[in-house]
Amino acid sequence: MAGRPPAENCCAGFTRTEAMRAAIAAGRQPNPREWDPRMPIPAGTGMDRRRFMLGAAGGLVSVYGAGRLGVGGRALAEGIAQAATTQSPSSPILVSIFLAGGIDALSVLAPTQDPTYRKLRPTLALSPSDGTPFAEDPRLSWGPAATGFAQLHGAGKLTVFPGIGYRDPDMSHFTSRHYWEVGAADTRVMTGWLGRYLDQVGTAANPLQGLSMDSEMNPTLATAVNPVAAMDLPESFSLWLHDVWGDVFSLTLDAASSMGDAHRRAADPALAQVAGAASEVGVVRRALAPFRNADGKPSYTAPVSYPTDSKSDFPQRLAGLAAMIAAGLPLRCVALTPDTQFDTHATQSETFTPGLTTISEAIAAFQADLEARGIADRVLVHVWSEFGRRAQENGGRGTDHGAAGVGMLIGTRTTGTMVGEWPALTNLDANGNQKENVDFRGVYCSLLEQWFDHDAASVIPDARTFARYQLIR
Amino acid sequence: MPSIPSSPIATLRGRFTEKHATRLLWRAGFGPKPGQAKRLAALGLDSAVASLTRPRGRARLIGRAPHGENGLPLDPIDVWGDDHCWWLDRMVRSDQQLVERMTLIWHSWFATSIDGATAALMLRQNRMMRARALGNFHDLLVEVTRDPAMLLWLSGTENNKYSPNENYGREVMELFTLGADRGYTQHDVHEQARALTGFDNRWSEGRGPYDFHFDPELHDTGVKRIFGQRGRFNYLDTCRLCVTHRTHPSFMVTKLWGYFVADPIPAGVLRALEHTYVRSGFEIRPLVEAILRHPLFYEGARMVIPPAVFCAGLLRGSGNTVQTNAWAWIGEQTGQRLFAPPNVAGWDYAHWLDTSRWTARFQAVNYALEKNTIDPESKTYDIHENASQALARALAFWGHPELSATTKDELRAFSRRAQTRIRADWEQRPYRVMRQNALRALIPTTPDWQTC
Repeated sequence: MAGRPPAENCCAGFTRTEAMRAAIAAGRQPNPREWDPRMPIPAGTGMDRRRFMLGAAGGLVSVYGAGRLGVGGRALAEGIAQAATTQSPSSPILVSIFLAGGIDALSVLAPTQDPTYRKLRPTLALSPSDGTPFAEDPRLSWGPAATGFAQLHGAGKLTVFPGIGYRDPDMSHFTSRHYWEVGAADTRVMTGWLGRYLDQVGTAANPLQGLSMDSEMNPTLATAVNPVAAMDLPESFSLWLHDVWGDVFSLTLDAASSMGDAHRRAADPALAQVAGAASEVGVVRRALAPFRNADGKPSYTAPVSYPTDSKSDFPQRLAGLAAMIAAGLPLRCVALTPDTQFDTHATQSETFTPGLTTISEAIAAFQADLEARGIADRVLVHVWSEFGRRAQENGGRGTDHGAAGVGMLIGTRTTGTMVGEWPALTNLDANGNQKENVDFRGVYCSLLEQWFDHDAASVIPDARTFARYQLIR
Repeated sequence: MPSIPSSPIATLRGRFTEKHATRLLWRAGFGPKPGQAKRLAALGLDSAVASLTRPRGRARLIGRAPHGENGLPLDPIDVWGDDHCWWLDRMVRSDQQLVERMTLIWHSWFATSIDGATAALMLRQNRMMRARALGNFHDLLVEVTRDPAMLLWLSGTENNKYSPNENYGREVMELFTLGADRGYTQHDVHEQARALTGFDNRWSEGRGPYDFHFDPELHDTGVKRIFGQRGRFNYLDTCRLCVTHRTHPSFMVTKLWGYFVADPIPAGVLRALEHTYVRSGFEIRPLVEAILRHPLFYEGARMVIPPAVFCAGLLRGSGNTVQTNAWAWIGEQTGQRLFAPPNVAGWDYAHWLDTSRWTARFQAVNYALEKNTIDPESKTYDIHENASQALARALAFWGHPELSATTKDELRAFSRRAQTRIRADWEQRPYRVMRQNALRALIPTTPDWQTC
């Protein structure tokens, strides 16, 4: 028979991009099915790896309170003031942050007082003096890389799920991640859970309503109908031409969109399609132009300082996001994937510690930034990973794929407490993994109802079967 | 010049002009080289069409051979992206343009992706489709059905008498021959899957999938009931039953027409071409020859030029060939990575453009013109060139493409504005050079150029 059995715990290069790079480096043709035949087709298939705007064409972008951007306000107002809007300036925004690879929950919120933990983790166990005590459960401490989270929890702005997951957990990265992305334990669902929400509340004219701040679209935002967008940083949207620069280049781009404007109402549908896209590129370019100086650097400055990390632009992306929210760009759902891969099968602390330190501190800085700008009440951050890791460490100072893991909500309006309980290490499942006591689909339902004031049943399959949690105050 | 039989449907009346020839070259090929449309127009309609539909002998690849960034020849089997560049090069350089264009149509029609197969198997499928590009559809369908890349892509080698897999059995009717819900039921899907059982392959760590074969042991030899007929059917019967199904000719003609003409097919044309198709024993060439001469092909609505055709056309129009591997990611970003259609339904020819795709086409133009820009530090460029002269020069570079008055006005306005930005004396020459570079880049980004 064709094919071969799925590999247990693959896993160098478990993301598609990583695997593709590895294959290229090895001089091979990358082939997604090669590294895990069970991998479901990703949500939003055919929509990934496009650099900038995705999905159907749309007319974009209106700006509220342009002056609050602090810089470029006039240009911003001039550039996009003509665009219509359908969105209230106070409507809620959800920021979904995916910790790729399955983060080790036992190093985020560590049971430092638990003797079983020391036995299972002879080299990886953290000691109480390493981190910050967790007030809601004396057995636990925030790990030293999670200082940003410890600080947010201490301030009552972080809700934590120490045992989040789902029944019959799937230990494949692809399958489990797919479940989380689409909001259902079903490999056939092709739209993201936030994508389906955007299809119901969004418009055909606003791609920024679902924004992936990655170089490719995040499947969580995959819509069936409405447009969504992807870009790294607001200042990075640019075009260039060989041997044309300065004034002449600006005039060239203006001429290209002007030709779009001139033809977009053409009777011929093909002409109108090309012209519409050309015209909208002009709108997006002008909408984002104020975020970029002539030298290509960001024109905005954050009111707080973000951590710096030469290996990650995640802090800069959050700073750019705060500036875009403050400028009133019509965002609803935003997705980011930090650069760190948490699939720590070997020498876990080498990647885990610096990676999570940057991430947790950047998220804390983002929260402070939003508060300094007076827009914190509009924004809720959701942190998730496809699974936790095996309770017992492996022979390589690492951990293998697990089941229940840790998730978080951050914001001024979240309840700021523990939801569910820490799953004890004396009650592991048959694979030696922690068992879930909060279902991620119940969290999605609760977020739809409490944060978005939206009917969960219209977005999450079998919504009525999932428990709800008090997440928003 | 090969002769061509008279068409069963209406043909273009009056003179066959350069404008007509330009559209023919874009829709039945990959765009004109400078001067090519004029030469083709001189042949007249029938001979021009015959020159495309009845090429003689083997295709010749004309012009500089392709290479990648590092100067090495392309390696379509082992280097990521070189498969795309390899085919793009054939699109640019082949003197049998319609054969390549039909191969692209079959690639989208029987959409198979490298995501489910290997580069070697994709190229094997590509050769098969090229060889049968204008041949017999029934034969093509048989070859596709037992093609290794397709067997992997639609689970053909996972379909056996112990556990029938309906993947190919469904798509062969829904997407390849009949159309969704056109004269078949779920029962037919199930029975087709049984008829299609028996293919197998081996797999090894070093070679990947290999040794594709039909294993009688894995084939369900029982009686099946398909479209109301009973028999001990196998995959050859599946193909025969599909092409002889009453709804196949209309599916075939309508779908093929849609690749060439934007306007819906008139009922009378459909009937006449169905008749032609069936009477010929499912030949493809007579259909194409009729469509390429129909008045709606030349005088109907415009079509957005597909991304691969756009990229190949840029290189043809500017006298360049593939000299960088960048065309692979440009293909991906413009929305048509060859050998990787988005799904089994192929590319959506109705929606090629959004802001992201437009931006990628702009970059494609930039790459095509890499070797054709003038150095702004030139010491010889005409320092007195005015706005109209600049535009005329840029249009001449592209072989005087036909552009609408609106577009020409916009380009002229740009040309004038660029000149008004000249303030210092030292700017006289470099600004004129940059204006020329910019005009050359703007022309293929116009809505006129991107449609035909």
